[in-house]
Amino acid sequence: MELVCPAGNLPSLKAAIDNGADAVYIGFRDETNARHFAGLNFDDKQIGQCLAYARSHGTKVYLTINTYPQPGNFAKWQGAVDKAAEYGVDALILADIGVMDYAAAKWPELRLHLSVQASATSHEAVRFYAEQFGVKRAVIPRVLSLKQVEALVNNSPIPIEVFGFGSLCVMVEGRCYLSSYVTGQGPNTFGACSPASFVRWSETDSKLETRLNGVLIDRVNKDEHAGYPTICKGRFEVNGETGYAIEEPTSLNTLPILPELLRIGVAAIKIEGRQRSPAYVAKVTAVMRAAIDACLSDPENFIPDQAWLSQLTSLSEGAQTTLGAYQREWQ
Amino acid sequence: MSDAGTRARVSLSLGPIQYHWPGEKILEFYRTIESTPVDIVYLGETVCSKRRSLRLRDWIAIAERLQSAGKEVVLSTLALLEANSELGLVRKLCTNGRFAVEANDMSAVQILAGKTNFIGGASLNIYNPGALRKLVGLGLTRWVMPVELSKSVLSDLLEEMPAGIETEVFAWGRLPLAYSARCYTARAHKVTKDACEYCCIDYPDGLVLSTREDESFLVINGIQTQSASVHNLVHELRGPVTGIDIFRISPQSEHTGQVISVFDQVRSGALDAGDASDELETLAAASLCNGYWHSEAGMASCSAVCGP
Repeated sequence: MELVCPAGNLPSLKAAIDNGADAVYIGFRDETNARHFAGLNFDDKQIGQCLAYARSHGTKVYLTINTYPQPGNFAKWQGAVDKAAEYGVDALILADIGVMDYAAAKWPELRLHLSVQASATSHEAVRFYAEQFGVKRAVIPRVLSLKQVEALVNNSPIPIEVFGFGSLCVMVEGRCYLSSYVTGQGPNTFGACSPASFVRWSETDSKLETRLNGVLIDRVNKDEHAGYPTICKGRFEVNGETGYAIEEPTSLNTLPILPELLRIGVAAIKIEGRQRSPAYVAKVTAVMRAAIDACLSDPENFIPDQAWLSQLTSLSEGAQTTLGAYQREWQ
Repeated sequence: MSDAGTRARVSLSLGPIQYHWPGEKILEFYRTIESTPVDIVYLGETVCSKRRSLRLRDWIAIAERLQSAGKEVVLSTLALLEANSELGLVRKLCTNGRFAVEANDMSAVQILAGKTNFIGGASLNIYNPGALRKLVGLGLTRWVMPVELSKSVLSDLLEEMPAGIETEVFAWGRLPLAYSARCYTARAHKVTKDACEYCCIDYPDGLVLSTREDESFLVINGIQTQSASVHNLVHELRGPVTGIDIFRISPQSEHTGQVISVFDQVRSGALDAGDASDELETLAAASLCNGYWHSEAGMASCSAVCGP
């Protein structure tokens, strides 16, 4: 079971590799990937350094090109594919059919992974990408229960990668327009959810308000922590009650089900968080490395260490974690 | 700018019912649709497989009646698949052998590809000519543009569009914005999806989610999240040529027939699009939006001339 860790910059990449990542995933510094944040990701020069460091440590480098180009900018995505291929990354993580078609035709030797942004949730959907483009691995959306993941792994023609820790998209990835509905920019087209340029923090007499393009996402007392205004983690009113109608600020954590993920044959565990700090990446990678190693050596008796759990919880959104859709009660 | 009167006649379609209605209401709804001027009707449950007001054979019976009434009938597949049993349902629809199928996820595309021509639904993520060409090669004959794309993207796409492919846009209704494993209607009722007791049947137009400033913002429809504002592209029926072949109207629990009638009157030139929008706003009982079409935030409402 491979540990795949996020790297939004060179220090994070080193942190991931030094703490035991089997593979790191990165993106170019533009809207061709779904973490298109200011100051994040890699330009041409840094990619070279990145690959050199990874190679010297025997770590694989995957490059994400997982947003959806439009007719006017398709060439940019093609250019990203070409550059990544020329650099010799170990795999491309792709979402768009047009980009995949291009990559498979132009670089037939290049290994392709299916991004979570492609929204493949059944073995037939995965089979489509395997048959049409020779995709070798699929990352699946955070919508399946553990039992459903098992059925998918059993029937899938290619290995499956799942999310193991990090921020939790509660909507099917690749099909969430909440951000573009409010701001005009969303994950599919712009590579970011709730872009910072639309965020406003304001104070009233006793409250802190967070808005996204004018829409009130949350309002907290001044002594409370106001989270980033991601729409699905906001507080709204439904049927006369105010609360987290969609999801609370929380992070996904699969440590408790690690032996299950191993048993059902999941090929890789992915850590979310290219936008996180090197310190965050170091800590999460170290905990997940230790946990996976412990689990691999004795899956029958694996119990997550309390220190690991509390460390992950302290790094989580809202200082709480969830098993998300893996656990049916969450759904 | 060309005169709408000289354009090939555009078609009006009725999308699948997004909400959970009782079987009797669904049957009654489609009886009233038979005599409306809508040309194409999409049928079936596309949101939640737990909703079983009707069985497949009931849907087929509705399809037959609509076909006899002169409608083109298309069966729509589930947008989010999670269980193998759901895949079984999709397979049944895809191999029905009589009616065309709208594929709403890649599982359906995989089952149909190279065997049966199909329609690509709005949730397939067709954002560029490369994606479209690939699917056309596998049997796609019509595509529904993703709702977040704009007029200008469509116009660019048309330049590289394979010949003979029909373009459909989501022209009326609450926009489908997201799908999840979690049922938010059940969550509002403080139960899990497995214990939902089909509570979404109490909300025939979904459950409004408001901001804490009392603004209607989104609509919860089981595992689907929609816009609270109603997307309206009626202006495009009489505007400059846009390359739209089919205008889709999404069913609402009341007044769908009147909405169809307004769109039809604008199509024929009997009603001005501005007057139509006023009438539609009354029928929607919600604010109208069209921002996506004008390359703006989806929730925005632009005048007919704004935006690129």
